[in-house]
Amino acid sequence: MSGVLEALDRHVSILPILLPLVASATMLLLHERRRRTKAVIGSLTLAAMLAAAVRLLAVVADPSTPEIVVYRLADWGAPYGIVLVADRLSVLMVIVTVLLGAAGLTYALARWATLGPRFHSLYLLLLMGLCGAFLTGDLFNLYVFFEVLLAASYGLALHGSGKRRVKAGLHYVAINLATSVVFLVGVSLVYAVTGTLNMADLAVKAGQLGPDDLVLLKAGLSVLGVAFLVKSGAWPLAFWLPTTYSAAAAPVAAIFAVMTKVGVYVILRLAALLWPGGEALAFFGSSWLLYVGLATVLFGTFGVLASSELPRMAGYLTMISSGTLLAVIASGEPVVLSSALYYLIGSTIGIGVIFLLCELVNRRDGEAAQVVGPVFHDDFETQLRNEFEGVELGVTLPLATTLLAAAFFFVALQLVGLPPLSGFIAKFGMLAAVVEAGTGGYANAPAGAAWWVVGVIVFSGFCVLVALMRKGVSVFWAEPSATTRVVRPLEAVPVAFLIAMLVALTVLARPTLRYTAAASAGLEARASYLSGVLQAPEGEQEP
Amino acid sequence: MEIVVAIGIGVLTTTGVYLLLRPRTFQVIIGLSLLTYAVNLFILAMGRLVVGGAPLLTEGADPGKFADPVPQSLVLTSIVISFSMTALFLVVLLAARGLTGTDHVDGDGMTT
Repeated sequence: MSGVLEALDRHVSILPILLPLVASATMLLLHERRRRTKAVIGSLTLAAMLAAAVRLLAVVADPSTPEIVVYRLADWGAPYGIVLVADRLSVLMVIVTVLLGAAGLTYALARWATLGPRFHSLYLLLLMGLCGAFLTGDLFNLYVFFEVLLAASYGLALHGSGKRRVKAGLHYVAINLATSVVFLVGVSLVYAVTGTLNMADLAVKAGQLGPDDLVLLKAGLSVLGVAFLVKSGAWPLAFWLPTTYSAAAAPVAAIFAVMTKVGVYVILRLAALLWPGGEALAFFGSSWLLYVGLATVLFGTFGVLASSELPRMAGYLTMISSGTLLAVIASGEPVVLSSALYYLIGSTIGIGVIFLLCELVNRRDGEAAQVVGPVFHDDFETQLRNEFEGVELGVTLPLATTLLAAAFFFVALQLVGLPPLSGFIAKFGMLAAVVEAGTGGYANAPAGAAWWVVGVIVFSGFCVLVALMRKGVSVFWAEPSATTRVVRPLEAVPVAFLIAMLVALTVLARPTLRYTAAASAGLEARASYLSGVLQAPEGEQEP
Repeated sequence: MEIVVAIGIGVLTTTGVYLLLRPRTFQVIIGLSLLTYAVNLFILAMGRLVVGGAPLLTEGADPGKFADPVPQSLVLTSIVISFSMTALFLVVLLAARGLTGTDHVDGDGMTT
């Protein structure tokens, strides 16, 4: 037994990727009618992923153990083999992904999982792609994981079918396919100049380039940056985002909230590796990040004010969150970064809750599910449909409207950034740090950039407050009381769970902030990352 | 040879981008296919163009004649991925055609 645990512990970095892959492949073999088995497999997989993520967290957070866990696939050393690197930042992202994934899956079990074929497999593949993108230490491997998560997200965005979803999905797929092309151009340019795809090795090689090669490298990195900005939903590359996210099924949209953070994460990771690497690349592109981030926040803010339905507002809120992070990351100061990571956790979970609430708030008793028949009929799906046609709502919770209103109020406080929730602590921390860093931060930007950031973020917070308040009044107060809302326990549990997470994030602000500070210090201490990856001890791992 | 490859990539990219911006879904998918062909050639070219070089060096081989194996494997991966994504896009395209009754990318029937 202890031998098995030890072996698992040695391979813990790859478990968040391997488990969902195996589980989703297994579920493809099972008939669609066996939804209870699938639900059990899915839940068990998520529990195991959570356990692996917590174990990783314990390792990287513990001062007595190395803060970077390097896992060499097939025991090929970097830079020749592909490595998985779990440091504090990537483990944090994995944890957020798995928590939100668990909430989304529970929510989907109530209804959505049965409303179309192969939901569980696609959902787990999406989680696999997300975890892989956070854990990989190789640029091309990152591309592969991006494609895995995108392929799964195409399927999930269309889950439930319907004209609106297919129209939004068509744009989404086309734009992301074009972005993948851009990504590949960037990766191959970087490879052509440096001869490596390993991120740590890239950081070393970038410092040794001559001026001619540097131009090409900068071109390659800029092209890559454009691809990541599309993923993170930055203006003007994200007009598809609100439409797609608001059309997607509720649990799917909730997990999509993490997807935009993948782009932000990769930008942060590459910036941390390349910016300190000598004069040539110092803060390369940081002023662009700042401008794009501010523009995204403003665009998202006006979008929130202008939209009348809640799912669309949530889409624009996603953009605001991404934009804030981009604008703040551009300062390059570790102290700013620490609050930014704290903001990332809170805002991602908050947006996830909003997407879950969207459906509950708008659903009425006896209303038919918003599903349309499939375009392509296969035999067993028609059977399925007939079988589930008469699904009853089952047990519902009393006081649904009150509970929903309370949840909405909570999340609004979080997203606007009002005390006492963590949104306030995070925004205050970021803005204070940005101002304090003063001219130290934003090295390439014009003077006074810090004040622009403060002004835009505060303005957007105020506008979001106005918009959410208006929406809350019209949804909860100004509605005819004759209609009753229905909430099933399985749908209330994930919402309550995520809100509990937000409360815990507030109460445990001190240890969390200490962790994010350590994570940003780890990003700053580039040398330990480089030596950790490039000189990982020869493994005694078996295949 | 470099100039031929460069012109080839350029032609594929320009036609690809032009078709990508057209309003009908079939043109978009052909444009995306052309773009992926262009980028596959581009990846291969980024490993430097070598004629008659082996990717694996054996004892006594001329190290000057060496074809970089990494872009070749990358290209293999990207071909597989872009091919399957194109197939997936085709399905979405047909679904959109079936639901909206038009092949306009916005589904509003203004085919031009």
